[in-house]
Formats: sequence, structure tokens, C-alpha cells
Amino acid sequence: MGRAMDPLLRVEDIHKRYGTEEVLRGVSFHLDRGQTKVVIGPSGTGKSTLLRCINRLTEPDRGQVWLEDVEVTAPRVKINEIRSQIGFVFQDFNLFTHLTALDNVRLGLVKVKRLGKKEATARAMEELTRVGLKDKANAYPAHLSGGQQQRVSIARALAMDPKLILFDEPTSALDPELIGEVLNVMAQLAEEGMTMIVVTHEMGFARSVADEIVFMEHGVIVEQGPPEKLFRSPEVARTGEFLRKISELYGAEG
Amino acid sequence: MTFNFDAGYLPQLASGLVVTLEVTSCCIAIGIVLGILLALGRVYGGRFISVPCSIYIHFFRGTPLLVQLFIVYFGLPNWGIRLSAFESGILALGLNTAAYQAEYFRGAIQAVKAGQMVAARSLGLTRLQAIRHVIIPQALRLVIPPWSNELILMLKYSSIVFSIALYDLMGVGKRIASRHFNYFEVFIVLALMYLVLVLLITLGLRWVERRLRVPGLGTAGRGA
Repeated sequence: MGRAMDPLLRVEDIHKRYGTEEVLRGVSFHLDRGQTKVVIGPSGTGKSTLLRCINRLTEPDRGQVWLEDVEVTAPRVKINEIRSQIGFVFQDFNLFTHLTALDNVRLGLVKVKRLGKKEATARAMEELTRVGLKDKANAYPAHLSGGQQQRVSIARALAMDPKLILFDEPTSALDPELIGEVLNVMAQLAEEGMTMIVVTHEMGFARSVADEIVFMEHGVIVEQGPPEKLFRSPEVARTGEFLRKISELYGAEG
Repeated sequence: MTFNFDAGYLPQLASGLVVTLEVTSCCIAIGIVLGILLALGRVYGGRFISVPCSIYIHFFRGTPLLVQLFIVYFGLPNWGIRLSAFESGILALGLNTAAYQAEYFRGAIQAVKAGQMVAARSLGLTRLQAIRHVIIPQALRLVIPPWSNELILMLKYSSIVFSIALYDLMGVGKRIASRHFNYFEVFIVLALMYLVLVLLITLGLRWVERRLRVPGLGTAGRGA
């Protein structure tokens, strides 16, 4: 039973280079079951690339990722099976344009998890209800607001029963008045014990929901720790500087 | 001046019409299947797949259809491949239209936003599943307007099969006209028949496009 103490996700020394630009220069961290980590940092510091390296939507050049006792980065691993266990929520939602909200959530259930149609529908409706969009099940993405689309995409990730969910700036493409509804759903997930990594500039969310904040810059982790520590007494001067600047911009009340 | 056209020609023209429709639908069907495969090969295939696909497309777009038809009908027998006129017609036309359709399909596949593939893969769909359930359904909707041009073109170009002694509309018309020396009348009627077919196809495809339309999928700006 020692397993319960093991981290759910281990990221070890991930490197990624695009041409001459080294986007990730050796990133390592652990994530425990039920933990929410918020990754912050200036744009272009590799936060999104890091998330994509975790389920190999982007292939890391070097380093390892472990999901429980499975090495995700192993050459012959069943990557599709692993991806189905890792939810991914995109900045611009990426809902399937030609499918209704319900079918968006159902697709993975039917094609990857091989659920029957009836079972998949029930499961999908459950998740749409959870994000407050039961009555929009038959709407196409184009007929939903950005906030609603992002909630559908969260439902789509949740329906797969993922071990963790990666959020890549989930509110950055939203109008300010729609951000709250998405953050609320995410906060509720964290509350219910979902394991999550969230790349975001929403400092209010980071402060109130994160168990740990990771500050990244220039492809490395500069500092990580509980929100209170990073906000009150960061060990690296640059962390405090960034947090002050970003909090002015996005607000971090509380 | 009289319009020298006898209603007695109509049964012959009707049989020619059937052949025209058969040739067109067969070659279009070959073209769709092969065209989609060529387009997928060009977009998703590695170099060893995409280069041969490109060569195929350039060859068939870069040489005259009539030359291709004669190679198939008169040339292949030299290699022991003996096809009937009908088979030669649909093969040559099908191979030809596949090259053009491939380019339309490729454009449509590339018009599907990149995030769609990424999102599908993030759920654990294989590349093939993502292509089949996410990319193709969107690409096929996007391709209908340009593709309908190709269908109309093939309906008209199918008339070249008269040159390998196939009695399609054109072949039948030519036979009647040369027998009765009423080229003007027969070909006017023929032209009108093609015109009506083209109009029917245009209307039919517009109906299909409307039926399959999905909000937010590339139809912005086209009549509601």
C-alpha cells in the first residue's frame, strides 16, 4: 500500500528545443493525488509546452514523465491509452465544430472507451450537468458563449475519468465577464479532489485554489511553493517582482 | 427555316443520357475515394507517401484528359490489359478527376483548424480515428462548394468518351446528326439537356450543403 504515498505524476528533467530556441531547459516536479498546481510565469517561458510534453502532444527532447508507475515517455508506451487518462483543456477550447455539446463529450467515450451509445449519453449528460450545461446538450459550439464552450470542454475532459487534468490558460481567450463561470467550475473540481495542473494568469484563483504555485521563467522553474509563501515571502526576488506585477494586472484580492 | 428535330430521336437520346449518367457517377465515385486517399496522403503521409501522391496529381492535371483516355483504351491492350470502352472511360475519367478532387479535399482538410486534431488526440483517439471522426466530417462539409464545380465539369467532360465509340449523350447525338444532317438542331437539344442536368446537380448539391450545414463551419458569408 506504499503506492498511495507515491506522487501521481512525476516530471523529470524535461527539455524541449524549437530550432535554436530552448523552450524547456530541465523542468522537474511532482504532483500528488488530489493536488492542484498552478503554473505561472511570463508568456513564452514554456508553460504550455510543458503541459503538452506531459501527455506528449509535444514530444519532449529529453527527460521523463511518469504517470503513477507508467513511464509516459517510454518509446513503446500505449500513448493513446495514457492520453485518455489525462484530461486537457485548451486556451481556445477546441471543441469539435461539427458536433453538438453532447457529441463533443460523447466522442471519446464511444471511440476510446468503447462505451455503448446509451451509456455514453448518460455519462456525458452527467458531466454536462456538472458544469451547469445540461440544457445546452444539443447546441453546437458556435451557438455557445466562450465560457460555455470552455465548460463543455471541461466536461469532455471529465467524462473520460482522467487521473489528472491539464489546463492550458483556460480563461485567457474569454471575455472578462465569462471568466468567473469557468474558474468556479475549476475551483469546484479542485474541491472535489481532482488532480490538476493549471497554467493561468488568474492570481485570485491561484491564491485561493492552488496547493502549490510554480513560477517558471526562461524554460526553468524559478521557485515553487504554497501560495502564501510565494506571495508573502518568496525566496527569489524575481518571483516577488513577477507576482506583484501580475497581481496589479489581473488582481489577486484575498 | 425549320427546326429539323424528330421526337423519334428521343429514345436514343434517353439511352445516351443513361450512359452519360453512368459514366459520370462511376468516375466521380472513383474520384472521391481515390481523391480523399491522395489528399490524406499529401497532408498526413510522410515523404514516401506524399511525394508519390503529388506526382500522381501533377501528372493527371498536367496532361490532356483525351490523351489519358487514349492511353487507357488504345495503349493498355499492348500490356495485355483489355478493357471495354465503358471500363476505359470510367477508369481514365476517374483517375483524372481524382487528381483534381484530391486538391479540393486537401484544401478542405487544411482548412480544418489545427486545434481539432490536437483536441482529438488529447482524448486518446488515434490519428486515424481523429481523421475519420473529426477531420473528414468537417472537411467534407467545407469541400462541397468547390467540389460541385468538379462534378459539373466531369458531367460535361464525360462527353469525350464518344471518341472511344461509347454511345453516351454526345455519341448518340453525333450518330443521329451524321445520319440526318441536322447537326444544329441535335446539338442544340443536346446542349439544353446538359444544361438541365447541370442545373439539377447544382440545386441538388445546394440542398445537400444546406442539409449538412453546421453552425460555425466555414459557411459564413454564403447565402443563409
